[in-house]
Amino acid sequence: MGKIKNFSFGIIILIFGFWILNFCGCAPKTTSKITTTITIWHWMTDREATFQELAKRYKTKTGIQVNFDLYAPSDAYSQKVRAAAQGENLPDIFGLLGEKRDFASFIKAGHILDLTPYMEENNSCWKNSFFEKALAVNEFSEGNSYGIKAGIYGVPIDVMTIQMLYNKDLFSDLGLNPHKPPMTFAEFLNIAKMISAAGGSASGGKAANMQGLVSGWGEVWMIDCLANNYAFNIMGEDKVLATIKGEVPYTDSDWITVLSLFAQMRDSGLLSNGIITMVNKTAEQLFATGKAVFAFNGSWCVNVYKGMNPKLNYAAMLPPKVSDKYPMRIWGGAGSSFMVNARSKNKAEAVKFLKWLTDRDQQAYLAEATNNLPANKDSLSKIPNILAQFADDMELTTHPNIWGVSEFPAVIEALDKGIQSIILGEKTAQQVASEVQKIKERELAKKVNRNS
Amino acid sequence: MKNPVYYKTKKITVNLFIHLFLLSVAITCIYPLLWMVSSSLKTQETIFKDIALIPRQFHFQNYILAWQEGGFGRYFLNSIFYSVSVVIGIVVISSMAAYAFSRFRFPGRNILFIMFMAAMMIPIPGSFVALYVLLNKLHLRNTPLGYILCMINVGLSTSIFLLKTFFDKLPRELEDAARMDGCSKIGIWWHVAFPLAKPVLAVVVVFNALNVWNEYILALIIFDSRKFMPLQVALQTFQGEFVTNYPLLMAGLTITALPIIIVYLLMQKYIIKGVTAGAIVG
Amino acid sequence: MKFKDTLENYVFVLPAVAIFSIFYIIPFIWVFQLGFYDWDGILPTKIFIGLGNFQDIIFNDSSWWQAMRNAGYITLIALIFQNTLAFLLAWACDREIRLKNFYRVIFFIPPVLSEIVVGMAWRFIINDIDGANILNRMLISVGLPQLVHNWLSDPKTALTTVALVHSWKGFGWGFLIFLAGLQTIPRELYEAARVDGANAWHSFRKVTIPLMIPVIVLVAILTILGTMQAFALIIGLVGGELAGHTSVPVLRILASMRYSSRFGYACAQGISFGVVLVIISFIQYRFSRKYRQA
Repeated sequence: MGKIKNFSFGIIILIFGFWILNFCGCAPKTTSKITTTITIWHWMTDREATFQELAKRYKTKTGIQVNFDLYAPSDAYSQKVRAAAQGENLPDIFGLLGEKRDFASFIKAGHILDLTPYMEENNSCWKNSFFEKALAVNEFSEGNSYGIKAGIYGVPIDVMTIQMLYNKDLFSDLGLNPHKPPMTFAEFLNIAKMISAAGGSASGGKAANMQGLVSGWGEVWMIDCLANNYAFNIMGEDKVLATIKGEVPYTDSDWITVLSLFAQMRDSGLLSNGIITMVNKTAEQLFATGKAVFAFNGSWCVNVYKGMNPKLNYAAMLPPKVSDKYPMRIWGGAGSSFMVNARSKNKAEAVKFLKWLTDRDQQAYLAEATNNLPANKDSLSKIPNILAQFADDMELTTHPNIWGVSEFPAVIEALDKGIQSIILGEKTAQQVASEVQKIKERELAKKVNRNS
Repeated sequence: MKNPVYYKTKKITVNLFIHLFLLSVAITCIYPLLWMVSSSLKTQETIFKDIALIPRQFHFQNYILAWQEGGFGRYFLNSIFYSVSVVIGIVVISSMAAYAFSRFRFPGRNILFIMFMAAMMIPIPGSFVALYVLLNKLHLRNTPLGYILCMINVGLSTSIFLLKTFFDKLPRELEDAARMDGCSKIGIWWHVAFPLAKPVLAVVVVFNALNVWNEYILALIIFDSRKFMPLQVALQTFQGEFVTNYPLLMAGLTITALPIIIVYLLMQKYIIKGVTAGAIVG
Repeated sequence: MKFKDTLENYVFVLPAVAIFSIFYIIPFIWVFQLGFYDWDGILPTKIFIGLGNFQDIIFNDSSWWQAMRNAGYITLIALIFQNTLAFLLAWACDREIRLKNFYRVIFFIPPVLSEIVVGMAWRFIINDIDGANILNRMLISVGLPQLVHNWLSDPKTALTTVALVHSWKGFGWGFLIFLAGLQTIPRELYEAARVDGANAWHSFRKVTIPLMIPVIVLVAILTILGTMQAFALIIGLVGGELAGHTSVPVLRILASMRYSSRFGYACAQGISFGVVLVIISFIQYRFSRKYRQA
């Protein structure tokens, strides 16, 4: 009998312990009546320190406490935001990762404040301080296909572009002029052949096992990016958008040309099989340590390469063009953006903070501290040379989030996976094109059925 | 008849092969650990250039840096707290339930057991969102208790499964003896079955400790206050969105791996002690 | 009397059932019914499409079935390679040999290491571009240059390589459980067998194996369930799904949730996956039952 008593006693202790735990957890219920607090959720580990510094400065200036909460990596952050959205527990300010259609859904669900009135007051003073392209990603235009009322819903805090980079020292080693990157696709392939010839020898030294182009093509979106860039170059923006709308099939000869570019890159030795097993960080590591001649990466890489190899001698270049008919376009625009929670109790203060954050001085500080391009037009003064090269090509940027139409995810996935197959040598451009088109037609039919 | 020398040589050769086998597997197991430690002693600039296993320079300060930058102190304690609570909770709850499934008859026994088994087999994608909303409604969302209860649930099915299998194998003589001595059901469980299940319980402890120790997505989603976050979150500090500080990350991972190895070292003794054979015979 | 008895029985399972009902059953029901909707996870409105998602999965989603086949392949390798290795190692460590304790600790290191480290470390060994190419160099030095491959990027070998690394990481668990099981076999049985004239092989077959069958089945079930759901190691080793060659169901579900924003579809995929796992487990259970009767 005593044993039962002991046991029940033990259970009671356990339950009591749990109960105490519960109260350990509670935050003090007294919200500070003196200082307003703004909570911001973000995923940018690299900028956490800089953000904390900016929060300190803002507090000194206005007395308002700003809490930056970091949740990394970005995948986990995304899930947290979506869970909090379901629980209607979003913070005052947060960033949104993902496609434009997700952005649209958040707006429709009432989570995001329409910032247009704030942007346009005082003669659009705030609006005009940004690069046009940076704002475009956060904007929904008149008559957009997402059904969102036209306006600006987010604030960019930096911009980025995705371009090609080349290693100047390796260029010299190959006997090429380090100040003249390849301008045309044909030149690009020629250099590739030179790299293969030099790297074929297992004699060691710098040339052994040198890679042509490295990029994180294990992460399929980067493949999508380059394919899209070349699509714009070969058939022009209108035809690309028409394809997305379903008016032009993927089996069109222009698209087959785009797809066959990857086969050509593979055959010339520019790409190795291994490129599909790389995440972007692996590709960055290879380029930083001088094992690859070219890289396809975004302007954030400046910070990465600096950390791994400050002596890296490299420069940016546009993807070498295939055709002269249409301009080569690159992806770019807002890097990261913040949105205001429409249900927040501190809306006005939140907007004020974002205005301060994107002001000239703060943007300059942010850009300098984290080696990223500022979103504010006037803050370009202190960025390093290499970053300026990325900024130079801003007018050529485009981005899926500004086209006003979205391709079906199943189609994008089929396209990217198909290109991976082409690089592996398993499928031809024609095969991939017809497979993608089949899926496109299926999705279109589904959409029609859904709407009827 | 075969002479003693034959048997002796045979024994030595067999042992030799066994040792070679064990040693070669052991080497493949140690290697990544060595690689991790050696990487943690290099710098961000040299880590990909110097690929030798023994670094040219030993940067022990990486460990201190990692501890400080990652804010390891608080998160470490949190993780220990969560692991201990969850393990205690699971050991008690699942061994009680497994014992009941194994020894008792009551209506619904089979159905309940099948449900637990099914939980092992049917993963719920997006369960994080559901748990978030659920905990919110129970006002347990940003609390350690909520997290601990969720983690207990995660390990419940497998632990019950492991324990029931071993309870099934257990001969009933000892329990019958105890019952004839007038012991109650709970008494039998606590004094007879529980101690006998030590080997399996040790496995359950290690399994759940490892799961809780390495978990972090659920913690990230349901905790808003940094002060509740477990250790894995600290590791994320070194894996920036763009820049990964590899040496510090490796140092952090080494620090993280140590406690679990210690838990294992403690528990594996129980697995070895096993059942005292004498008590069963007769 | 009987009622009190039954009540006591229920007390034993009560805590487990209570927690389980709240934290598993309720989310499960939520996810289950979502499989019948078209929803992106954000919008306040959902569109009911009945069996539409399931139809898509069965008829239109070849990448899903490829992922299932891949997971099945990895699991098969795990069942054969991983568990045999674990059993042999456990048996070897059960005997009276030196360094027993050392081995017992070492073999459990792979499960303890995080998938990041395992992925990076093995990638370093196997890969030639961003690694030290140790494996290929070893093959060349022992005179087998024709076996040299791009193990991780060649579609023919990528999945097998992933499966083998996965088995390497997982055998520690089987080792542990087998060892615990072997420890519970009373030594007297071996003594009795030896007295009866049995040699090592005989006692292994007649004593060890029959008594270990429940444990073997247990480990097999746990292996199947665990390996079918594996995914983190694949990202660490090959960076992604390698044009589908290294797809696994969990990665497909995550892709549906994140890249395609098809939450309802992801839930339907999860349910289909669960159904397959239940069927496999059931078959395995029946099979083991029959084997035990024999």
